[in-house]
Amino acid sequence: MAKQEQVSLTGNEAVAYAFKQARPHVASAFPITPQTEMMHKFADFVANGEVDTEMILVESEHSAMSAAVGAAAAGARVITATSSAGFALMWEIVYVAASLRLPICMALVNRALSGNINIHCDHSDAMGGRDAGWIHLFCESAQEAYDNALMAFRIGEHPDVRLPVMINYDGFIISHTADSLRMLSADDAWKFVGPYKAAYSVLDTENPITVGPLDLTDYYFEHKVGEIEAHKRAFDVVRAVSAQYGALSGRGYDFFESYRLDDAEIAIVLMGSTAGTAKDVVDAHREKGVKAGLLKLRLFRPFPAAELAKALAGKKAVGVMDRAASFGAWGGPLFTEVRSALYGADRQPPVLNWIYGLGGRDCDLRQIDSVLERLADAARGKSGETVNLLGVRL
Amino acid sequence: MSTELTVASYKTDLKPIWCPGCGDYGALNPFYQAMLDCGLQPKDTVIVSGIGCSGRFPYFCNTYGFHGVHGRALPTAAGMKMASPHLNIFAVGGDGDGLGIGGGHIPHVARKNVDLVYLLLDNSIYGLTKGQSSPTSPLPMSSKTAPYGYIEDPLDPLAMYIAYNISFVARGFSGKPKQLRELFTQAIRHKGFSMVHVFSPCVTFNKQVTFKTFNELVKELPEDHDAGNRIKAMEYALDRSTLWTGVFYREERPTIHERVVDIQNRAGRFKDLNELLDDFR
Repeated sequence: MAKQEQVSLTGNEAVAYAFKQARPHVASAFPITPQTEMMHKFADFVANGEVDTEMILVESEHSAMSAAVGAAAAGARVITATSSAGFALMWEIVYVAASLRLPICMALVNRALSGNINIHCDHSDAMGGRDAGWIHLFCESAQEAYDNALMAFRIGEHPDVRLPVMINYDGFIISHTADSLRMLSADDAWKFVGPYKAAYSVLDTENPITVGPLDLTDYYFEHKVGEIEAHKRAFDVVRAVSAQYGALSGRGYDFFESYRLDDAEIAIVLMGSTAGTAKDVVDAHREKGVKAGLLKLRLFRPFPAAELAKALAGKKAVGVMDRAASFGAWGGPLFTEVRSALYGADRQPPVLNWIYGLGGRDCDLRQIDSVLERLADAARGKSGETVNLLGVRL
Repeated sequence: MSTELTVASYKTDLKPIWCPGCGDYGALNPFYQAMLDCGLQPKDTVIVSGIGCSGRFPYFCNTYGFHGVHGRALPTAAGMKMASPHLNIFAVGGDGDGLGIGGGHIPHVARKNVDLVYLLLDNSIYGLTKGQSSPTSPLPMSSKTAPYGYIEDPLDPLAMYIAYNISFVARGFSGKPKQLRELFTQAIRHKGFSMVHVFSPCVTFNKQVTFKTFNELVKELPEDHDAGNRIKAMEYALDRSTLWTGVFYREERPTIHERVVDIQNRAGRFKDLNELLDDFR
């Protein structure tokens, strides 16, 4: 295992260090809270000559993603970052990045979408891009944000994948909170990430290509199947890259983390920083003799439906916590996917949903406690609402 | 309500939360006074803002307010004016909002000559996000995203406005509130798209473009400046040695609303289907 330094960094700083260690050729940036600090830190690295990156300060996020696509199409390793409305403004090009199979790495520092204007955390921005073709990784802590940011390059750039990767971490809760984490040395990180050689480049004059031409009823569908297939292949790549990173860092990652889950009778499924709070509540219930567990999803796209169904099979009740609403849908986006994954599965448990924490509403121990209490009731066969709200004044 | 209007009629109970010394205070007070000078009814007035420190304007004005997304104050305001031409519409935003992310909207509202007033408060920095280079950051200004100096040329907003043929172009400085009051008043009274560019220094994050900078460089346009002379207006706009303030350019021409009404009048009533078919019989 590699020797590592114990450091105290905010989530934004941790990701800036990971991006520096990956030595991108190009970074495009436009400020938006709570992402801004990450690019400040990265801009310092560029200005100090600590990383040899062309930094493009653009006039909007639409331009930030456009510049990233242009640079990636020219064969560069590219980073960018945004949040909330910035991601919404990028949206048109977010699809283009995935469709053109350009492995851009982006930090999406999760923040509620407008309106009304809100700068705090929820996952509505990420969910707005869930069908865009990107790989989505979610993080519980600054450590995970750092680790996932390094692994993102290996996953996205892998020849079997060639897709852009989004590193999601919760605005303010992770981005602005100083945390203690272990960081690889520059050499070890570089040995792991390694140089990037693009499969195609618009600047390769020996092999001229056209990127993004008109693709109508004749071939568009087949090209979309290419993206679908790349997502299927990404599962093996995520596992292999994570295993290699685990051997290097001592921090193992998989599609999801199972916390006291194996023998659990009731289980919570969620993504992001709330996992830390949920683990404490699970522990408290375990001490009371309740067999509670947690499944913290790391890989949201591609969605590991089979593995997830296997891990949750036979539970007496499962509660999915969504930090985003899908208006008009039956439950939150994570709930519908988890429940769908479990439908028809072996020993299918009842699955309930809680929508929580919108616009940065704090999710405290008591809220999660109430989820486990309700799951315990459901496990005993007590009926109730399937889709619920948590921590809201009604 | 027939109570007499005073400056207080335009103020809310909210105390502005800009930093002490922010240039935006120097624009807000003359703005209240100009609304009073023009006798605007708060109930008939809407202030639309974008994202940035100046985006807080509607919170402090006892009018209707709309706080939108970054860069889109102007098209939102134009939409309001098209729907309700009797309303007094203002758009307010900063240099990042209006000249960066939303910079594409100004020429098109100029082409339409929508009858509204745009207050662009320029501090040459992204202040709300704590100090990144903006489209008007001068060389070689440094910022948090350009620690050793910016490497891109700044825009020349006044020259752009005049080139866009905006029908009323003025510039002021929040350190000169009396003149600003007069400029805002003229802008409100102008029929068509009125652009008032205000130097509004950021005292917290911009230590390079400051009140001192403008106090040294700002000068009122000569009294005999002919605001109908677009070439002369452009000359003053391009002057780098003096930052001229006042009404650079003004032209009376039909607003989009007047043109729409004109087409409606010329078109007359719609024919019914049988009358249309008669043309082919």
